[in-house]
Amino acid sequence: MSSPAGRRSRVTPARIGLYALLISSAAFFLLPLYVMLATSLKPMEEIRLGQLFALPLHVTIEPWRQAWASACTGLECRGIQVGFWNSVKIAVPSTIASIFFGALNGYALSFWRVRWAGALFGVLMFGAFVPYQVMMYPLVRALASVDLFGTLTGIVLIHTVFGMPVMTLLFRNHYAGVPSELFKAARIDGGGFWRIFFQLMLPMSLPIIAVAVIMQLTNIWNDFLLGLVFAGRENLPMTVQLNNVINTTTGERLYNVNMAATVLTSLLPLAVYLVSGRWFIRGITAGAVKG
Amino acid sequence: MAEAKPVRRRRAVAAQLALLPMAITVLGVYIGTVLWSLRISFSSSKIFPTNDFVGLAQYQRLFNTERWIVSLQHLVVFGVLFIATCLVLGFLLAVFLDQRVRGENALRTIFLYPYAMSFVATGLVWQWMLNPALGIQSTVRSLGLPGFEFDWIVSQDKVIYTLVIAAVWQASGLVMAVLLAGLRGIDEALWNAARIDGAPRWRYTLSVVLPQLGPAFGTAFVLLAVGVVKVYDVVVAMTQGGPGNASEVPAKFIMDNLFNRANVGLASAASTVMLLTVLALLLPWWYGRSVQSRREARA
Repeated sequence: MSSPAGRRSRVTPARIGLYALLISSAAFFLLPLYVMLATSLKPMEEIRLGQLFALPLHVTIEPWRQAWASACTGLECRGIQVGFWNSVKIAVPSTIASIFFGALNGYALSFWRVRWAGALFGVLMFGAFVPYQVMMYPLVRALASVDLFGTLTGIVLIHTVFGMPVMTLLFRNHYAGVPSELFKAARIDGGGFWRIFFQLMLPMSLPIIAVAVIMQLTNIWNDFLLGLVFAGRENLPMTVQLNNVINTTTGERLYNVNMAATVLTSLLPLAVYLVSGRWFIRGITAGAVKG
Repeated sequence: MAEAKPVRRRRAVAAQLALLPMAITVLGVYIGTVLWSLRISFSSSKIFPTNDFVGLAQYQRLFNTERWIVSLQHLVVFGVLFIATCLVLGFLLAVFLDQRVRGENALRTIFLYPYAMSFVATGLVWQWMLNPALGIQSTVRSLGLPGFEFDWIVSQDKVIYTLVIAAVWQASGLVMAVLLAGLRGIDEALWNAARIDGAPRWRYTLSVVLPQLGPAFGTAFVLLAVGVVKVYDVVVAMTQGGPGNASEVPAKFIMDNLFNRANVGLASAASTVMLLTVLALLLPWWYGRSVQSRREARA
């Protein structure tokens, strides 16, 4: 009964109860993932038996092949791979652009004195809470007037604009912790605005850039509303196509294909999440603790 | 001295140029679109914006539209249940995880992974799981309880609860992460002092830990509340607002009127109301935080 290191708790009923509660909570959270995977590996005959939690008797990856290459979204039946590559085309430039401007803004706000910058930054922070629907129609008209509505450039622009508040806040908070002596020394060395940014500040910010990449990649990949409105029919992201595949099908619904498609859509953000671990949480709390 | 002046002017210019995109974004997008939406809401626009001025007619029409009123009611029910459940569940999970359990990292990963999924995926998985014919209801029935009923997702009064379940599953991990970070910031010495005084752990948690978590709870609440007002993806994916209008929400009402039913003026009025609601939620929080930071600065 004596604890080895003096720190490990003894096995008490309370302790057992704690583990029981934690494990049952874990089961609740894992259940949908299990159902997704199990359903996607079953043939339709097994699904019609209505045994949601049963393991597949005849494992088949046919639903996955169908989801990827031949599922029908609207009139096209080329599978959800179309959406996958669209999402890549949207997410990569949008992530790079929104992080670049966030870092630039954060850098300029932290180290340089511009009179109107503080007030604008305040409004930008407020802008992070404004619901998209309020800004949607004017943005549609504005993009249409420059022929960017329904184009890849348009949706990347939209993501950059909507990512600016959080990204600017992230970098500004980060640069606020950088000692100003560093900056002054660089100025004395003859560094100008851009040189200090590219050669000193950016290389120093790699950890926070990693956090930013995780946040933006996940949020942009998972976005539905903006992609639905602004991406245009040729560039619809995977989330929009997923919804089309599942909710606008006539005839028999192929639940295994649906679940396979759902898993495929979630693969990238889940992979990012699993790989990034602590960084993901840093991203959440950094964005959550709005200064 | 003559050298200092040109340098100062040059450095300000570069910074100003660099901040131009931010200025354009704030003025053009965040301020400009809100003002333009406001302007359209005072007009009689249908498909295209018109330049007339009809005062508050669109707002009157809005609050006489049953679908809008119903969507507001649903939002309140959903919001209260969702936020309360998330805060309680997130708090409990954070407290449990803080007890130096084995496998804490694995458990934390499990509780938070739903937040990494898109709302659309969440809605679709839960739609499948709650399918009456092939999902949980039929599974439990075949396991020996033939009278088991769980067809909430097709029931007019209960469908809103299914949305709560799916949303809580997705977001509790977030609350847990925020609260756990707050918990980790509480001094261990406080618990030692309380233990010497003979206080049981749960009493310590309620009387000492909870108050100290105030700001963290506030942050979590605001995050959840803003998400509630904007809720759209999960409704479209899970129930499409149905059956009928039983799970209609304001964000979906606005989108439908903006794009499908060509009622631009009405939709703009609705989105202005949405914005005012968000402001009403945020202003107390902002005020509270600025008061607190002023207090801390003085201390």
